[in-house]
Amino acid sequence: MNKKYYLILFLVFLLIPIYWMINMSFKPNSEILSRLTLYPHEFTLANYEEILTSEFWRAGYINSIIMASMNVVFVVIAALPAAYAFSRWNFRGDKHLFFWFLTNRMAPPAAFMVPFFILYSNMNLIDTYWAVALAHCLFNLPLAIWILEGFMSGIPKEIDEMAFIDGHSFTSFCWNIFLPLIKPGIAVTAFLTFMFSWVELLLARTLTNEAAQPITVTLTRSLGAGGWDWGVLAAAGVVAMIPGAIIVYLVRDLLATGFSMGRV
Amino acid sequence: MKQRPWLFLLPALLLVSISAFIPLIAVMNYSQLTLLPGTQPYFSGLENFIAILEDEAFRGALYRQFIFSFLVLITEIPLGLGLAMCMPKEGPGVGVSLVLLGIPLLIPWNVVGIIWRVFTRSDIGVLPAAFDWVGYSYSVSSSTADAWWTVLAMDIWHWTPLVVLICYAGLQAIPQEYYMAAKIDRASPWKTFRYVTLPNLRGVLIIAVLLRLMDSFKIYAEPFVLTGGGPGNSTTFLSTYTSRMAIGGFQMGRGAATSLIYFFIVILLSFVIYIVMLNLGQGAGGDK
Repeated sequence: MNKKYYLILFLVFLLIPIYWMINMSFKPNSEILSRLTLYPHEFTLANYEEILTSEFWRAGYINSIIMASMNVVFVVIAALPAAYAFSRWNFRGDKHLFFWFLTNRMAPPAAFMVPFFILYSNMNLIDTYWAVALAHCLFNLPLAIWILEGFMSGIPKEIDEMAFIDGHSFTSFCWNIFLPLIKPGIAVTAFLTFMFSWVELLLARTLTNEAAQPITVTLTRSLGAGGWDWGVLAAAGVVAMIPGAIIVYLVRDLLATGFSMGRV
Repeated sequence: MKQRPWLFLLPALLLVSISAFIPLIAVMNYSQLTLLPGTQPYFSGLENFIAILEDEAFRGALYRQFIFSFLVLITEIPLGLGLAMCMPKEGPGVGVSLVLLGIPLLIPWNVVGIIWRVFTRSDIGVLPAAFDWVGYSYSVSSSTADAWWTVLAMDIWHWTPLVVLICYAGLQAIPQEYYMAAKIDRASPWKTFRYVTLPNLRGVLIIAVLLRLMDSFKIYAEPFVLTGGGPGNSTTFLSTYTSRMAIGGFQMGRGAATSLIYFFIVILLSFVIYIVMLNLGQGAGGDK
């Protein structure tokens, strides 16, 4: 199978820039700026030390994790019943409503910055976890409904009917039969939702100041302030990649099943 | 129980109303006002829209956005589909490839910008050094062409994995019997691809194209960190332009009007592509 060499070539292309950043995160600034080295000659952990000991950086990570998780919870809880309704019943205006939900995903966050700021100021939500977690529903909820609807439509309606004939109540049917069936779908949805929330910058920057500032914002703010500390920046970038890598690794089996169910 | 669907939709509708609908109404409101600091806002009708449509900078950003999104689609979709077909179908290779492909997707967007910035900066990057070695002077900060293809390469690097994952999912769902049948009929690889793979992937490809279209139209953080929209305005896309308008402060009404025009273009484009792709190859067999 020589096909797989194309894939390997692409994976190498994916990894080179990442390697460059990891490489840089272990170098002192003097080495970064003075000469080009393919691996750290003056190996140092000082950059990581600076990040892991500073309250400023640590708070950013914790805030990001909390906000992205809250967003996943909101989105999945709201999207599950909605997707069920779309996949199981015909009702007046269902197609239009579905497309309308999707259009929200197309909305450019840049367009919503100012109104979000004003709306959430009035609700006293600025600089809280709630603000970002709610705002990120703008692009995550439509995606979640879309994906879950696909998964649910892949499950024959007869299963619902059989369960009801067997005397399951609706709650027991959902809990014991339906949810286990679409578990891979929920995993894929939660993964994508978390990912899009974790990486978003524009809204997060508009809606937070200090207390709830996520890591993406911390990174850009430190870009501007106090010149370019390349080593620390690279180390921060590496640390910002780690939660993502851990999550992909943990859910890889569910993802593989989810993806192989043929619905994304 | 006619109201049952609506009961199920209630949480989603509530969430959408505070995360999308109310802000959208507010944008519509602002777009028709002239908001200047220190004065009362007053109604100015379509003035903002006209001013935006006549703005050279807006047209430039829009034009670049179209070219960029077009290039993104024609490179990432075929590349992603091709790579998905190279993926192993089972075994340990699947997990490894999925994890590696997932990595770029989970890097915060501005970190993507930072990665590419340190990768391509003329004083510390490896790419300029490599080009220097073959005798080409490469600079993101002064050459428009270099900045352009670097932003494009960055986007391909960043988002092709998503297309691969989506296409891979679609490929996995095609029953193996179809390929057996094609084999028995002695169909050539190209014919198998054209008449078995492609029609069965239509739904998945629609998702991939639409997602990439919408998201490439929203691109902001990566070029913002990599090039800052420069050199000049050469990598200023719609989002960069809009947020400059909105954050700039003096022109909130203009910012809102830009947002609406922008939103409208994205919806229109997505809708047209959706319809075209739904009808494309209809009846070519293998319909879902």
